Amino acid sequence: MAQQNKTPWWHSTVDAFDTFLRVPGTVSAKGAHVRDGIDLKRVMIMVVVALVPAALFGMYNVGLQTSTLYNLEWGFWHMFFYGLLRMLPLFVVSYVVGLAIEFASSQIRGEEVNEGYLVTGFLIPLIVPIDVPLWMLALAVAFSVIFVKEVFGGTGMNIWNPALVARAFLFFSYPSSMSGSSVWVSKTWAGLDGVDAISAATPLAIAHDGAYDAATGAVGQYSFMDMFYGFIPGSTGETSVIAILIGAFILVWTGVASWKIMVSSIAGGLLVGWLGQLAGATAVPCYYQLVMGGFLFGSVFMATDPVTAAQTETGKWIYGFLVGALAVVVRLWNPGYMEGMMLAILLMNTMAPLIDHCVVSAHTSRRAKKALTA
Amino acid sequence: MSNNLDLKKGLNIPIKGVAAPEVIKTVVPDIVAVKPTCFKGLVPRLLVKEGDAVKAGSPVMADKQRPEILLTSPVSGTVAQIVRGEKRKLLAVLVKADASQEYVDFGSQAPADAAQVKELLLNTGLWGSLIQRPYGIVADPQAAPKAIFVSSFSTAPLAADTDYTLVESMKDIQAGVDALGKIAPVHISVRKAGSAFGGITNATLHEVSGPHPAGNVGVQISHIAPIRKGETVWTVSLLHLAALGHVINTGKLDLTRKVAVTGPAAARTGYVVALPGTPVKDITDVKEGVRVVGGDVLSGENLGAEGYLGFFEDQLTLLYEGYKREWLGWAKVFRPKVFSSSWCYFSWLTPRKKYNMDTNLHGGPRAFVQTKCFEDVTPMDIFPIYLIKACLAGDIEKMEKFGIYEVLPEDLALCDFVDPSKNEIQAIIQKGIDLMIKEMA
Repeated sequence: MAQQNKTPWWHSTVDAFDTFLRVPGTVSAKGAHVRDGIDLKRVMIMVVVALVPAALFGMYNVGLQTSTLYNLEWGFWHMFFYGLLRMLPLFVVSYVVGLAIEFASSQIRGEEVNEGYLVTGFLIPLIVPIDVPLWMLALAVAFSVIFVKEVFGGTGMNIWNPALVARAFLFFSYPSSMSGSSVWVSKTWAGLDGVDAISAATPLAIAHDGAYDAATGAVGQYSFMDMFYGFIPGSTGETSVIAILIGAFILVWTGVASWKIMVSSIAGGLLVGWLGQLAGATAVPCYYQLVMGGFLFGSVFMATDPVTAAQTETGKWIYGFLVGALAVVVRLWNPGYMEGMMLAILLMNTMAPLIDHCVVSAHTSRRAKKALTA
Repeated sequence: MSNNLDLKKGLNIPIKGVAAPEVIKTVVPDIVAVKPTCFKGLVPRLLVKEGDAVKAGSPVMADKQRPEILLTSPVSGTVAQIVRGEKRKLLAVLVKADASQEYVDFGSQAPADAAQVKELLLNTGLWGSLIQRPYGIVADPQAAPKAIFVSSFSTAPLAADTDYTLVESMKDIQAGVDALGKIAPVHISVRKAGSAFGGITNATLHEVSGPHPAGNVGVQISHIAPIRKGETVWTVSLLHLAALGHVINTGKLDLTRKVAVTGPAAARTGYVVALPGTPVKDITDVKEGVRVVGGDVLSGENLGAEGYLGFFEDQLTLLYEGYKREWLGWAKVFRPKVFSSSWCYFSWLTPRKKYNMDTNLHGGPRAFVQTKCFEDVTPMDIFPIYLIKACLAGDIEKMEKFGIYEVLPEDLALCDFVDPSKNEIQAIIQKGIDLMIKEMA
């Protein structure tokens, strides 16, 4: 407490901006005398960089969906800037609310501000419906940062992915703004004040209702390639497989996220999707599960969060596989709610320490056995 | 047991300032320090007072609990000063060297059995060079080790090349191996790519390849014969093995060694012939704003410009202090002057480049976020992050399970280096080991 009394209340904030602009001049005091150039700021910014393609495409797609649905015939830049304009308030609210809480709690703990929220704050606007009221978003961000992150001790200590909990909070508190077929296409600020909202179901919902055309391979009015490119309604970041794959490449290349989780999650999703097809739960081919909804976005950006995922290499295979498998199980066998990715990841976040515990226990007992025979 | 170790995990840090294989200077020191702080697990008791005359090999200190363990003076001269620190902690005994050296005669005949070897080691003060694992403390003369391990090479950054520094001591090394072999089986690891020490007999040789820490004796032991609860092994450096052999062959204690002067801030790199306890400033010039590390950059000790070379050290690394702050360092796409093993930067584009590394942390302390990087630099059958967390929690049972007996901080030193969260892994492991010593005693 004595230390806190000495440091002024704005200390953490000033320090955060100071080290943001300039690398701190701290030198090693014990341990290794030289250190790697990497720090958490760089790690986190790489995730944001990896998210940028998905965000940019999402902005364009926001405009595209509005323009198509309401027959507005906008040009490319009009669509993009409309999306950009609609996304900006979400980013501002997400960062302002989240960082304010983050700065305040860092000050209370007497620590430096952590960079974790750089990523969380970027993720949240990408996984909520574009027209979500800003006050709801603010509430969800506050809830998730306080109760999922800070009470556990901040970045690195949380059990669940904060961005996903923000989404779950919105989903369970304000279902009418978060699900259904009329929330995925923006009409605010599009000059459509008097116009009734037109329903635009996501391919996932359409497939769930059984509107899959085996002859053309189309789900409702959307072809496979539409879903692959991302010209479909949905959360801003999740629609384009190409943009997500670019992000995945960056994450795997830089080693920031585990490719094992991504691969095993996709494997789990494909396997259950295939079993579901065999069992007659769905007519949609299993690989459609990857291009519909938030499956791929979740596998690449959310399940791989190093803090909340399994930490052992073997554990990562199991964890990822179960995320993918559970997500598709929910999609195929849950009548009410078809997007299983969010809850699958949150559930597996909860289970990740258990998976690690089993892996580590198996390893230590193997070591103990080796000691007996050696 | 394997006689062939190909380790894949690890990292060779590309730091500038390797020592060219040439002797640039021979130091005849005026003052030599005997530092008890070099020896872990030893509580020193003074045997001399200021003004006493000593010979090279005369005892100046003994261990309080085990008085048979002696620390001896490497030179003949008079005790000039007893240096004490806080709470009168004994830091060093300074001996002013005579112009001509007199040696204690330890008798030049090969010891016949284990008891004689132990006696010789104890009397010469070379006992302190025997390190017990687990815990990395000075070995217990009463203990019966399972084996004695020697790594004939170091993979640490800029480490002295034993193929150059000790190749002329082959006869002494062989005599040392023969002697230690009477206490326990000796295992020597040699560099697979070719080593001057492949011809040593009376020992089991292991060929080792791989990046640092492949040359660490602890890493080698964990693959050759992992240490389990209740077991004890000893390790000794090749340098001290040669010193032991030299005593056996000539009867004189001669700790003279070729010290590698290395690092980006070294005015001239190369080898300096010096004794342990030689003042740093006699060995090399130290400019303002330069840190002198005794040993390598990962596990060495900050000696200070006024410090003295340690008992175990055959390397000095000179580094610039990194107080300079870099604008938007972390956000730059390219940072050609800063090395990173992470592919978040582009150091991988220039694999042969050597860097002018300084002591800057390149970031602030954070909670653990990325932990796979620890596994990538730890070629041992353990989960580093679980061991680290067990040490942090002070959980004895878990530390045991996760392999505390097998590691010393130096074996996980690269974790210090690669951690983006800038945790002090070596300090954490040392704290865990200290707790184990306290609880298991």
